[in-house]
Amino acid sequence: MRLRFLLRRLAMLAGTLLVSSFVIFSALFLAPGNPIAVLSGGRSLPPDAVRILEARYHLNDPFLAQYWLWLKGALHGDLGISIALREDVSTLIASRIGTTAALVLYASLLILLIGIGLGLAAGLRPGLLDTSVLAVTAISAAIPSFVAAIVLILVFSVKVRWFPSLGNGQGVFGTIHHLTLPAVALAISSLAIVARVTRASVREEFRREHVQTAVSRGIPHRQVVMRHVLRNAAIPITTVSGITIASLIAVSAVVERAFSLNGLGAYLVAAATSKDFAVVQGISLVLVTAFVLVNVVVDVLYAVLDPRVDLGARAR
Amino acid sequence: MIARAEPGVHLGRRSGLGILRATGPAGIGSAIVISAATFLAIFGRLLAPHDPNLGQLAYAYVGPLGGHPLGFDGQGRDVLSRLLAGAGTSMLGPLAVVVISIAVGTLLAVSAAWRRGAYDAVVSSGLDVLFAFPGILLAILAATVFGAGLLAAVLALSVAYTPYVARVLRGAALRERAQQYVAALEVQGASAISICLRHLIPNMLPLIVAQATILFGYAMVDLAAISFLGLGVQPPNADWGVMISENQSGVVQGYPLPALVAGICIVLVVVAFNVLGERLYEQAQPERV
Amino acid sequence: MSTASAANASTSAGPAGRHASGRALLEVRDLVVELPVEGSLRPVLHGLSLSIQPGEALGLVGESGSGKSMTARAIDRLLPPGARVRGTIRFDGRDVMGMEGPELRRFRTEVAMIFQDPRAHTNPVRRIGDFMTEALRTNEGVPLREAEHRAIQLLESVGIEDGPRRLRQYPHELSGGLLQRVMIATALLTRPRLLLADEPTTALDVTTQAEVMAILDELRREMGLAMLFITHDLELAAAVCDRTAVMYAGRVMEVRVSSLLHDDPLHPYTAALAAARPRIDATLPRLAAIPGRPLSAFEAPADACAFASRCPYVQEECGRRQPELVELDGGLTRCRRAVELRGTLGARRA
Repeated sequence: MRLRFLLRRLAMLAGTLLVSSFVIFSALFLAPGNPIAVLSGGRSLPPDAVRILEARYHLNDPFLAQYWLWLKGALHGDLGISIALREDVSTLIASRIGTTAALVLYASLLILLIGIGLGLAAGLRPGLLDTSVLAVTAISAAIPSFVAAIVLILVFSVKVRWFPSLGNGQGVFGTIHHLTLPAVALAISSLAIVARVTRASVREEFRREHVQTAVSRGIPHRQVVMRHVLRNAAIPITTVSGITIASLIAVSAVVERAFSLNGLGAYLVAAATSKDFAVVQGISLVLVTAFVLVNVVVDVLYAVLDPRVDLGARAR
Repeated sequence: MIARAEPGVHLGRRSGLGILRATGPAGIGSAIVISAATFLAIFGRLLAPHDPNLGQLAYAYVGPLGGHPLGFDGQGRDVLSRLLAGAGTSMLGPLAVVVISIAVGTLLAVSAAWRRGAYDAVVSSGLDVLFAFPGILLAILAATVFGAGLLAAVLALSVAYTPYVARVLRGAALRERAQQYVAALEVQGASAISICLRHLIPNMLPLIVAQATILFGYAMVDLAAISFLGLGVQPPNADWGVMISENQSGVVQGYPLPALVAGICIVLVVVAFNVLGERLYEQAQPERV
Repeated sequence: MSTASAANASTSAGPAGRHASGRALLEVRDLVVELPVEGSLRPVLHGLSLSIQPGEALGLVGESGSGKSMTARAIDRLLPPGARVRGTIRFDGRDVMGMEGPELRRFRTEVAMIFQDPRAHTNPVRRIGDFMTEALRTNEGVPLREAEHRAIQLLESVGIEDGPRRLRQYPHELSGGLLQRVMIATALLTRPRLLLADEPTTALDVTTQAEVMAILDELRREMGLAMLFITHDLELAAAVCDRTAVMYAGRVMEVRVSSLLHDDPLHPYTAALAAARPRIDATLPRLAAIPGRPLSAFEAPADACAFASRCPYVQEECGRRQPELVELDGGLTRCRRAVELRGTLGARRA
């Protein structure tokens, strides 16, 4: 049963990725404008040169053939050549993916530790702490990453100079040092949302009748909280954490741009501006894959945590 | 899960003002902020004391002066005027996203819940694929294909938000569809379209409004982010996201005012929409399952 | 057991339902409960008194809103936060309201509660085995294997044969009737001295109601447990309990030996309740519904009989003073015309 659920979910994942790759490829294929013009930088080329380029990039093949070639390449880790930089897209991605991954991971850790921590504290202890967490998170949930970025840069790198405002940094410590402000900027609104949902879930579980059953049986408060309130609140908390963490993958582009980080997202934006199609396709595919994978992990975790999920049925 | 035998077709419908009053002081405060922002979005350009696009480089990053209470931006333009002129695009974009995605999402949700079967399956799996594309990524793709601009960004976000709207509303439409009054109307020979338009959708309206309110905040953040990336509203047009992007260098140089005020405007409006949306959501479904 | 307590009831002395004081297992006196509703406190119990002897079953009957569930919750100290409680609750001589921490938890293991909706009252993400053995393991440190062994034995006594399999299942995999039997078995597992059964069969199918009720009744008698049985069904209470207390708008209106309650009620409200129930063995032209709307406790007047607005025997004086709960014919009644009406209320119906 469990295995079948997992296989089913993986099949759905493969289907989603296939359709997404098709969408990504065909959207850019249908884009107005001539890739030759991009290749030549706008200059007119002699017909021979055009023909060589067309053959090299399979520009005259039928659409589906081109998609198939691209997909086959992608599965082997070959995402084509950046027309602007004359370099392998895979190599370009490989050199930048580490920054993005580190940034998203760092922000995720902040969300899980601080967001859930604040939410639990507020949910378990009504009073001043609870009220202030509610007020602070109501505002910080509405702070876009780039607004957080300018405020953080202003306070922590212009005024007190604790953290650098730009760049990637070297070594483990340097990287952490350089990524701290970006990670906070990336995490802040998601962190607030996770904290609010955590708090609300804990409160809601406390009101459940089955919690009353446990209390009526003389189970110690601590055990009631651990075994019933928190165990059950873990289901919505996991879901919202997973979804917000997945959303960081795309928003990382904004933060990378704000802090001039050399990551995938910033590169994607640059490629979009210069119409470097192969790069846009490649990075989009990587980001969509990561996004969908995180969502699958959330689905599986949900099924593990909640025995009521019908493992035979479609997830969601 | 338990089918409630509620006989009343229009049970619990209240006037808009009554609902707003029930959202409490925080809800009413948010509504005031939203009204003010809407007013500035419509009349901001007329209220601007100076030409928002007139740059005087000599005044670049000069602080507040007489007649220029918020000073000048990096290109020597009056910040207050740009803020007022920018309210229009900053509010219009999200409004368009919300209108499109709510309209399309409601249509898909109600029709899927009504027809069920194969049609529902096709719609649901189509939406599942769209779930794989985060809004910002879709907007970047759209900017690559159609060129950077507000229109491409609005369309991309509308497409990206539709599955979220449709999923929530489909559940609500299914619950509403199962109500006995719908069966009663069907037996009486009312057409599907008339039942949906006159009963189903009106009964879902509180939820739809709550959804729209919450989405507006998200759309505002995402559109400003896209403009910040240089793929949305194009300079020299005034827009709060663009203003932050244009004046980020000022922050590093120790003159953060133009970027900060634009950021504060965004946060203020988004907080208002979030808080009001949350309250409306609670109102829309008082007995959550 | 039942004859003993019936005799006890008839010889009881004093007001407010004090029965052979000192020997009562549970003694509730002048219990006032107010709950916060939209910022203000609303009364749900107006000075409720009752007592239960060891091994005795006391029925608590009333319409919805009369406060019967809140009585059970107040006894087990399960009222929502912000509730205000006055009066005394004594269990085996100990003051329940003053209990804290470990003492309160020990008290709760001696008093087991069975709830109306077993589905809502079991944690959906924990297995039946975990649910059943939780209290034994955490409170008494019984090893898991032994706790499960005892659980399986009790499941058998409530008519569930495949215990080992059931322990591995989740609540959503069991029917409502089955789950309620699990609830009963679980309640008995810690060997309590008092059962608080809050409409234990109301949420079940009609066909399983009788079955579950029979199991509960039989096991209770076997184990010599005292029980507070809460129901809106006068006949059911009379069938299961030694004595029955009838509640209206947050007050006890009548307490009577169950066998006499139906044919010889002391209070017009009890008579009306009995007449409002369809009977199979008698053909009536139509059911005698009680006129008017049941009053909730917070609507009840402080200086008038709460039932006055619906009572067929109402006199002007009834609207002026709150009648006391007085002893009459071995029972208790809160009606100022009780002596005058005695013997006529049951007859009127027949």
